[in-house]
This record gives sequence, C-alpha cells and structure tokens, in this order.
Amino acid sequence: MASSIPNEPLIPEDDSLAFSQKTKAAEFFTSLLHSWTGLLGVAIIFILLFLSIFGHWIAPYDPVKTELTAKLLPPLTDGHLLGTDHLGRDLLSRIILGARISVIIGLSTVLIAGLIGTVIGIISGFFRGWIDIVLMRLVDVQLSFPFILLVLIINAVLGAGLKNIIISLAIGGWVIFARVIRSEVLALREKDFIQAAVATGVSRFEILIKHIVPNLFTPMIILASLQISSFIIAEASVSFLGFGVQPPTPAWGNMLSEGKDFIFSAWWLITFPGLAIIITALGINLFGDWLRDTLDPKIKGK
Amino acid sequence: MAESILEIKDLKIQFQNGKHIVQPIREVSFQIKAGQTVGIVGESGSGKSVTSLAVMGLLPDRISSIPSGEILFDGKELTKLKEKEWRKIRGNEISMIFQEPMTSLNPVFTIGQQLSEPLKRHRQLSNKEQKAAIIKVLKQVGIPRPEQIIHEYPHQLSGGMRQRVMISMALLCEPKLMIADEPTTALDVTIQAQILSLLKKITSKKDRSLMLITHDLGVVAEMCDWVVVMYAGVIVESAEVNELFDRPLHPYTRGLIQSLPSNNERKSKLYAIQGQVPKPEQVKQGCIFANRCPLAMEKCFQESPPAFQEDGHLSKCWLQSSDEGVVR
Repeated sequence: MASSIPNEPLIPEDDSLAFSQKTKAAEFFTSLLHSWTGLLGVAIIFILLFLSIFGHWIAPYDPVKTELTAKLLPPLTDGHLLGTDHLGRDLLSRIILGARISVIIGLSTVLIAGLIGTVIGIISGFFRGWIDIVLMRLVDVQLSFPFILLVLIINAVLGAGLKNIIISLAIGGWVIFARVIRSEVLALREKDFIQAAVATGVSRFEILIKHIVPNLFTPMIILASLQISSFIIAEASVSFLGFGVQPPTPAWGNMLSEGKDFIFSAWWLITFPGLAIIITALGINLFGDWLRDTLDPKIKGK
Repeated sequence: MAESILEIKDLKIQFQNGKHIVQPIREVSFQIKAGQTVGIVGESGSGKSVTSLAVMGLLPDRISSIPSGEILFDGKELTKLKEKEWRKIRGNEISMIFQEPMTSLNPVFTIGQQLSEPLKRHRQLSNKEQKAAIIKVLKQVGIPRPEQIIHEYPHQLSGGMRQRVMISMALLCEPKLMIADEPTTALDVTIQAQILSLLKKITSKKDRSLMLITHDLGVVAEMCDWVVVMYAGVIVESAEVNELFDRPLHPYTRGLIQSLPSNNERKSKLYAIQGQVPKPEQVKQGCIFANRCPLAMEKCFQESPPAFQEDGHLSKCWLQSSDEGVVR
C-alpha cells in the first residue's frame, strides 16, 4: 500500500479521503455478503425491528381483545394463522407485538448496563490500585450470585413492570461489561503507542480519553451485540416466572407462562412464542459473531 | 567545544518491588554536546533503556526512584520536575523514537491525526499551518505522497514507513535532543540501512543531538560521534568513536567488538562473551564484569575499579591502573 512507487499524488487529496472511506464501508458489506450466518442474523434483526416499530399496523387482530367464543383455536382456523389462546386472543398478533417488548428491553438494558459497566471497567483498569480492588471484589460478589435469582430479587423489591425489569436486568448485567472492558483497558495501557503518546507530552487524562477509549469501541460493540440476546432471554425467563412484564401486555415470556397450563391440549400456545425467542436470540448471536469476526483484527488473523 | 545539551551526573535509579529494592542503574555519568550523536551500547539488561526513560521522565512513578544524581538538560535539572513541567519538555524539547514501529502508533487514528497531536500541544498553529508542518516533516523523512499518507491508518503502512512516521513525529517540534531506543532492531536489514541514513541526514543538520541506544556496534560505528559502553548499570568505557574501535580498553568492549561477525573472513565459530549480564541484585563486590572477564585478576574480585581517564577516554578496569601496567 505504502510502497514508494508513485511520487506524484495520483488522486486529488480530498477524493482520496472519500475513496478510502468508501472502500472501508464496501469491505464491511462484502464481508457481510460472504457470510450467510451474518446475513441471516442481519435479516432476523431487521424483521424484529420492523415488527417492533410497525407491529400495530401489521397485526391482523387486536392483541388484547378477548373473544371467549373463539378460545383455544388451533393454528390455521377461522383466519387465525397461529391460532388463539385461552381468552380467544390472536396468537400471531400477540407475538408480533411481543417483539416490541423484547426489542425495548434488549436495547435499553444493554445501553444502561453497558454504560455503567464500561465506566466502571475503565476506572478500574486505568487507575488500578485500591479502587480497582474494591470495584472488582464487588463484581466478584455479584458474579457469585445466579444472574436470574439476582434479577428476581431486585425485581421483587422494585415491583413488576417494564421500567423495573429494565433496571433490574441492568443491575444484574453490568458486571460482564465491567470485567471485559477492564481487561481491555489493562492490556491497552501497556501498549507501546500509549507510551509513545506520553513521550509526546500528552497528559494522563487525555491518554485515557483520546487514546484508550476510542480503542474500546470495537470490544464494546461486539459485547453489546452478544449481550442483547441474553438480556432478551433473561426477560422472557423473568416474565415466565411471573415477574417482569405483566399481562395483558403481550410479551413472549408471559405468553409462555400463560400457555404452560395448556401444554397438552394446545401445543401452539408455547411453541410459537418459544420459537420467536429462539429465532431472535439466534439471529442476534449470529450477527454478533459475525461482527466480532469482522471487527476483531486478532481473529481476522492480521 | 560546543556546550553540552544533556549532562548526567552520578545517576542512580532504584526500583522497588514489594520490600525488595533493586538498583538497575548504579552510577552513570556522561554528557551529550549540542549537535553530537552519542551511542549507548551494551547487552540486554545493561540499563540502556532505563537510562533513556529517566531522561524522558517515563520511569514508572510508583515503583521507581532516583536516590541520587542529576540529569541536566540545557542547564535545567530534570529529576525533580513535576509531571506538568515534564509534559512541556516531552515531545517538545526532548523526543523519543521507539523500538517497535509496528505497535507504537495508535491503530484507530490516521497518521495525520497522530502527527498533529504534539503540534496541538506545544505550538499554537492554525489547522492549515499544522497540515503544512506535518507534510513538510513527512517529506523530510522521505515519505512519498505525504498528502495521501496523512489520511491513512497505521495498518496500511509497512514497518519502515511507520518508523519514518515515528521519526517525523519526534522531529515535529524541532527538539534539541532526540532519543532513539534501538530504532532499527525491529526492521529488516535493507530498511535498517535506509532508516540509519535518514537519521544520519537528520542529525547532520543544525544542532540536533541524538542519543542512540543500540546493541549493534556496526550501527554505532556508522552513526555516532561518541560512544558510551554500559554494563550492568555502570558505564565501563566511554570514548570518541574512532578511538574506541581502534583502542578499546575495557575487556567488555573488546569482547563486544570481537563478537561482531566479520564479512571478509569466515570464522569457524563466532566469538561470544561467556555468561550473562548479572541481575542488579546479584552484584556484590569487586568489578561487575569480573566473573565473565577473560583477564580477571584477583584484585578484580575484591575491589571495584575507579574510572581511569586518558585524554577523555574513560574506562573502568584495573588493567588501566599504572600499578598493573597498561595493557594495549
């Protein structure tokens, strides 16, 4: 790339900038097109986002309207594609609207947990010393608790509801971010280019903000994309156990919970919400894996 | 004679490892005159890099200390400086070229962004002036198409190119002293030659001084005006470059010169100095080199030799003592 063949600039300078950026984005998309798993993940994520935004217009029926004359209809009867539940509500419509809850919870939990965890990880890894010891012991204590149990306890204290489940999941989930980001910072602060920057007269604070934080974006994005699916699953588990999102709001977790009573008579009530959870988690994980392979130069073999 | 830009007097550096204290730099004194290139030579572990880090104020502050000695830079005493005062000197008056060009550039910033950093810090320039200064210095170090290179990322450049960028970064603020810590060790031979001739070209101009840390005597012969030979945290010999190669006085220096492979005779076996550099905590009494020295006498194991000086040619060896008779 940087061989010394042409001495004259071949392309005018500003064009060359645009050129190099274009190739970078193009590289990104070609790599996506070459990976069918990544493509599948992206497709699933797009469908999920689409459903959560436009769900109200797409859903064939009102998801909370009960119609006791049409209860427990099997799939493909009377225009109910996936059948109805024990209150006669259309299952397909409820699954479509449930996507919104999952997306909201997945994104906002990752945002909150990621922010808290990243800040704590950076403080811990950069300043070391007693503050690192204190924070990491806190993380150790929390990690010794089962995740779901911790979320349930916090949720029980806070009370059910969408906002509270987000808070409790975030409190339960920040530790992973803190751990990973801390280890990244620990590795980064010993890198040669950090010392080289210090040697040009950069202050400690600027080293952190200008040299270390930008290098954390890649691990942060990868970790966040992989954590979203685990938060969605955790929400479903908590809702299934009766905490979290309360009926009649359609969420995949509480649909499973309601459907479990009819597991032998109406198999579709737990099958389809379960499938929705599986496909969502799978799609996000596939996307996260692809993202990691693309963005992480170590795995790329560079 | 030109004024000295850097003067190190009886410098001692300690590292504290728990309760354990080690002293990698026992006693180091030398000076660099304005416009001079001084080579610091020695095996791994002889304290070359620690000395250079002390001059930059980059020693890890929690575990290291300088119990005695002075570092005078341009008349200023550096060892007592505060972090804030250091920052004004680093990159501005003293700059450093590191050993590993592959990892010394931040992978997420373009070359232009990284080069503008010292300028932003030490000079008040408009964006346009900054860019002009960067392009000028990149041309100076022989980078083709600098207008394009400043928009590229480090991974798009080869090792030699990156080292040129590192040198240009060290040059940006026109420092009075540059420290190059084995600048060519990580490069392949042809690129090494290019980088060395570039450094030579740069130091030939104006009153730029260079402290070149290396273990390659060939590089020293090529580049330096004055040579300081270090061994286990002590300067064992220091002399003008031709003098040192013509008349090495210390057995360690002789060993180093002898172990250079020569290209016009094929020796059956390469010469090597037996043994290893003692760890800082292992040295007890007597001459530090005595246990590896082929000419060691009884006295060497008991008393540490003082610095014998003859026409500026300094060496720390009992062989130079008039009692023992000068061995040439």
